[in-house]
Amino acid sequence: MSNFKQKIGFKLTIAVCATALVTISIFACINIRSQRRNLLDEVERHAVQICEAVKSSTEYDMLLNEPHRVRETIKRMGNQQSIERIRIINKAGEITHSSDAEEVGKMVHKNEESCYACHSRDRPLEHLEMKERTRVFRHSPSGPRILGIINPIYNTPSCWTAACHAHPESQTVLGVFDVTMPLAAVDRDIARGQIAIAAFALSAILALSLILGILVKLWVDIPVQALLKATEHVAAGDLGYTIEEKSSDELGMLARSFNNMTRRLSEARLHLVQSDKLASLGRLAAGIAHEINNPLTGVLTYSSFLLKRSQDRPEEQADLQVIVRETIRCREIVKNLLDFARQSTPKKSAADINEIVGRAISVLDRQLTLSHVTLVRDLRPDLPLAVVDSNQIQQVLINLIVNAADAIGAKGGTITVRTAALRLPVSGVTHIRKAFCAKHHDLMDRDVKMGGKPAVRIKVRSEGREGFIHLNPMYGETTNIQGMSFDAAKGAQFLCPECSTSLMAEDRTCPSCKAPLFAFEAPPYGRMQICTSRTCGWRRWEAIDATAEKDFIELQVSDTGCGISKSDTQRIFDPFYSTKGAKGTGLGLSVVWGIIDNHEGTIDVTSEEGAGSTFVIRIPLKP
Amino acid sequence: MKRERDILVIDDEPIVTQGLMKICLAEDLTVDGEGAVSAALDRLTTTNYRLIICDVMMPGLNGFQFLAEVARRDIGTPVVMTTGYSTVENAVQSLRFGAVDIVPKPFTTDEMLAVIHRGLAYGRLRDGAPARPTNACAEPRPNGHRLGHISWVAVEPSGSALVGVCDMFVKTLGKVHGVELSEPGSEVVLSNAAAVIVADSSMRFSVMSPISGTILEVNPAVIGNPASIESNPYAEGWFYRVLPSDLEYDLRCLTKCEAPQGPSAPG
Repeated sequence: MSNFKQKIGFKLTIAVCATALVTISIFACINIRSQRRNLLDEVERHAVQICEAVKSSTEYDMLLNEPHRVRETIKRMGNQQSIERIRIINKAGEITHSSDAEEVGKMVHKNEESCYACHSRDRPLEHLEMKERTRVFRHSPSGPRILGIINPIYNTPSCWTAACHAHPESQTVLGVFDVTMPLAAVDRDIARGQIAIAAFALSAILALSLILGILVKLWVDIPVQALLKATEHVAAGDLGYTIEEKSSDELGMLARSFNNMTRRLSEARLHLVQSDKLASLGRLAAGIAHEINNPLTGVLTYSSFLLKRSQDRPEEQADLQVIVRETIRCREIVKNLLDFARQSTPKKSAADINEIVGRAISVLDRQLTLSHVTLVRDLRPDLPLAVVDSNQIQQVLINLIVNAADAIGAKGGTITVRTAALRLPVSGVTHIRKAFCAKHHDLMDRDVKMGGKPAVRIKVRSEGREGFIHLNPMYGETTNIQGMSFDAAKGAQFLCPECSTSLMAEDRTCPSCKAPLFAFEAPPYGRMQICTSRTCGWRRWEAIDATAEKDFIELQVSDTGCGISKSDTQRIFDPFYSTKGAKGTGLGLSVVWGIIDNHEGTIDVTSEEGAGSTFVIRIPLKP
Repeated sequence: MKRERDILVIDDEPIVTQGLMKICLAEDLTVDGEGAVSAALDRLTTTNYRLIICDVMMPGLNGFQFLAEVARRDIGTPVVMTTGYSTVENAVQSLRFGAVDIVPKPFTTDEMLAVIHRGLAYGRLRDGAPARPTNACAEPRPNGHRLGHISWVAVEPSGSALVGVCDMFVKTLGKVHGVELSEPGSEVVLSNAAAVIVADSSMRFSVMSPISGTILEVNPAVIGNPASIESNPYAEGWFYRVLPSDLEYDLRCLTKCEAPQGPSAPG
């Protein structure tokens, strides 16, 4: 892994955590602020209530002009714990009453906290809003916060009509109540709240990060790492590597697709490598055959000559017959090798596979009995006839059974030959072999090949121009068009290159993109319809779509022998690869592979070391 | 005055040459052996042979070039080819260049003797005939094609093809005693042995198939009455009705039958 910081899991976790950090922090800040304001508001309301209580409880004594009673009330109320000080300041700025007795009679400057709210402007205010009556301050910069509240004492008729005549009628404001309250307790509460919220925010961020980290690791990081590892394996050439398909999400689907892809890739590679090997084997075999046939000619002519000349010596005759017979056998082997090397196309005819199995077994019966091998036939009785080269299939069976017997060895065991019929889907293997316009002109262009097969040639008339296009004959999921550019939307016409008969299917439009369709006869599977839009690629070949499945005959040869090691299973179909040492040529299974390939069939092997192997051959019923 | 000898063997492999000479000597035939085409061509300027046996693949000039040279010099000697690499191409090419037959290696003494017998008879027959039997394929029906002078095939309108043996082949083997044919359903392959004609001399002559395919039907008349091969090899004497597997290719390898020409031709 290149860099920890470049991992997608890390990036995702960091991104989500950063977002969580920012949002939770903002949320915590707002929360702290509002809590602070709420507490302060509560204290303020409390202060205002106290103020009003003091005011109303002293008002009557004021009117009676009994200052000592006023003083006593203020003193008692001021002793309450939640109140720092209560004082009354008159219009002139003199402290007339105070819970702190020492202050009484002192003058207060206009800039003092108590006076500032009204006297900060040029002319003193006569009316003060409720909100403006409170202020928060400190006595010293490091001291506790104090909440101050002033409550103006307005002149009322009862004031100026009182017996003492202390206040004239012209006066509006007689003085102010000034109550101060310590905020230490409230500040403690606020601090506690702040700590609690911060702690909560922090733990929320941590928990969120942790959970997200784990989930990202589980759902994204680990599957992505597995995919990455798999791509590295595949890049290094290990196409047998598969990813464990655990989840059903997009990454699980990706893993499945990946496994699918590597499987197909390895099949294609096996095929390619095998074909390549067979081609070089062909050259080699041709050389060997030529070289070997000359000495064999010597052996065969001399021995058959001797045989001819020794008719009066019967004891020599028998021996010479052996030499001649065995040399003729060699001749057949070399001939078969050459035939195989030439990859002769199978001479196919409808045959009963069960019958071929019977013939192959009858060839080997004696040999198997001698080596204590029990042969079990598990043949499906009403097997449909398959179009195969019976001789080649017999050869395949003989090779497989001989191999099985060799795997069993001297200790004895069982070989089971099983036949079955099954139906499997065909995956895009059909291609257009013939194509005709309505007037039966051939549309196939044998000079232009796409994917190694003759392409379909069609004339196109589009926007006043004429030209030719070629269609890939392979019937896959989409059309592959090469050649002249055209635009279906601008009324491109598709014509027979010979007679210019329109190939347009007037009555129908593409079910996928609504563009017009063109069509031609593609025997033996009937009409093929193709969308004229180059980008759409829709096409239909109904006879093929209908036969989405193909019938196969399955042929199994299993044994109770020594099995094949996993590393060997990759190579057993290679020419000259043999585990039998001097006993084998290493050609048997490659011959089998070649024959089955020629029959468009497949061969697979499953094996357990020490328990036996099973070869499974599937041959299409019809080629 | 040229020397007269029976057989010339040309093969770059001494063991093959020696073996062939041994076989011929045992049959009281005079025989010479050569290891290369050029030496053999030199020998042909001084000696007349009744039959030449020549390998296809040799260093220097090969068997095909030898055949071409024999034709160019108008040496009338019949040539039998042998090859260690018996392919359809080699067989078709040899016969097209005028070889009487081609014998794949390795061969038994009897197999070779049968071909030698036929080669010698071929030469005798031709020497006796006023015109060269180049197209001695008295093909009575259209669409007839032949593989050398060995076997013929005629495509029927149904798509199947009749296969039989050429009259030159029959005439060179002596009196027909019997015929061994394959079973219906079995395969025949172009230029591979498809039938054996047994002569009265008990020699066995294998007939190469002119076509590849599956045998649909075996002519019962020819088994019941092998003499019909001699009397009318192109009609009643047919061997097989075959379903061709690759007719187009096979026909390209064959020679089209022409109506018999010259004074010796009937009708």
